[in-house]
Amino acid sequence: MFSLDTIVQGLLLGGLYALFAAGLSLVFGIMRLVNLAHGDLIVLGAYLILGLGTVTGMNPFVAALIAMPLMFALGWLLQTRLLNRVLGEDILPPLLVTFGLSVVIQNGLLAAFTADSRKLAAGPVESASVAVGPVQMGVMPVMSLATAVAVILGLNLLFYRTALGRAFRATSDDAVTAQLMGIRPQRIFAMATGIALVVAAIAALYLGTRANFDPSIGPARLLYAFEAVIIGGLGSLWGTLAGGVVIGLAQTMGAAINPEWQILAGHVAFVLILMVRPRGLFPRAID
Amino acid sequence: MSEPILSVSGLTAHYGDFQALFGVDVALEQGEVVAIIGANGAGKTTLMRAITGIARISAGRVRLDGRDITGTAAPGILMAGIAMVPEGRRLFPSLSVEENLLIGAHARRAAGHWNLESVYRLFPALRERRHHPGTALSGGQQQMVAIGRALMSNPRVLLCDELSLGLAPVVIREIYAAFPEIRASGASIVVIEQDVGQALKVADYVHCMMEGRITLSGRPGDLSRDAIHDAYFGATH
Repeated sequence: MFSLDTIVQGLLLGGLYALFAAGLSLVFGIMRLVNLAHGDLIVLGAYLILGLGTVTGMNPFVAALIAMPLMFALGWLLQTRLLNRVLGEDILPPLLVTFGLSVVIQNGLLAAFTADSRKLAAGPVESASVAVGPVQMGVMPVMSLATAVAVILGLNLLFYRTALGRAFRATSDDAVTAQLMGIRPQRIFAMATGIALVVAAIAALYLGTRANFDPSIGPARLLYAFEAVIIGGLGSLWGTLAGGVVIGLAQTMGAAINPEWQILAGHVAFVLILMVRPRGLFPRAID
Repeated sequence: MSEPILSVSGLTAHYGDFQALFGVDVALEQGEVVAIIGANGAGKTTLMRAITGIARISAGRVRLDGRDITGTAAPGILMAGIAMVPEGRRLFPSLSVEENLLIGAHARRAAGHWNLESVYRLFPALRERRHHPGTALSGGQQQMVAIGRALMSNPRVLLCDELSLGLAPVVIREIYAAFPEIRASGASIVVIEQDVGQALKVADYVHCMMEGRITLSGRPGDLSRDAIHDAYFGATH
């Protein structure tokens, strides 16, 4: 029914969506904060890489390496100066603040870069492909899936094998008791958002090299990311990767039937999975 | 007499609009165990929460070894050397037994007697279950994890809130059997107990609280059953 090629392309696209979603998943898992500006922060990252490349003439991959610590700093400041002030029992204030942030980022980018579509030029690698059996795979999509797996693996190691990850989990479980351990939750949250924006910078690199972007596309990326997180099960990083792959597969399969159905098919898959498994594919045992 | 390691003076605290503590004075001498007894709602837990910086202090002072630590946030209190075993244990469900212990030393890595090895020697039952989730253990073993977790920071003062709550007498004895070694490690201890007999057995000094005030204080041998009864329930009969 679907060619092997369609399925492989869907898997590869899923890697990109998993990259969009990983930062969102991390932040939600640790502080139960849904960052509605996450898509716009990825777009901001793409403009940052674009700007660094334009000013210095460097390759987007090198520019992304420089953007990563800058995005970490931005995440740290964002959390300590803004989001920590609204986090609390009530989940509405942080939602409203990140929604407002989304509007601010979009309009800021519009003012600074106009509404023109932009693209990150990565050079010949963009059109390079490798043949695996009967299937042609673009080098960039393969790299994005490989990067997504590496990012999720890295975040999992951080979470389950390091002292910082232990503090992340303890704070997520019970922030008051974590304070009795000498942990400062606000600092833990700042670290988490910083790391989430480093991942956003990586996502931005693949977003910007794969297709055109303009200041207004953030919310749609957020939607895919959000669906990936929900499908995977809230708080599960491997689940987020699986969720991204489900959306990617559904979109390429939908497009194979009728190109107009690409976006719709992703959303339909999301609804179907929630009907069967309301808590997602891999819900964390403890919430 | 030397300066007490922990001194609380005139402590007043509120729980929302409700005043929970009315000028409480408690002193803990170096190396001693002080027990605070009282019925539910007497203000014992609020007192612990105020000392550890979880509850806000409205008036009064908390001093650790002469240093004023009033109003310091909870992480700073731990760093100063006061660790707490909270009521209901409050283990981290996502962490294994060993991770729960390690997180106790996350911020404060003071030199001292306590480390993973010495905690496992104190509570051998935990060693074989160290990779289990902390919350998969029996109540008594969870309490051991909570005590071990607090000890991992090598505190100067250990606060224990309702260690015996919900545990069988044999388990309670097992847990209190750890106290001599904890004292020998140099930590001074405050225990909150509803079990008066247990408190009198373990403590050098006992305070009884009722309705946010200390109603009786003394060494266990100097307190009569009637005096404790009156201080605990109020002298209305």
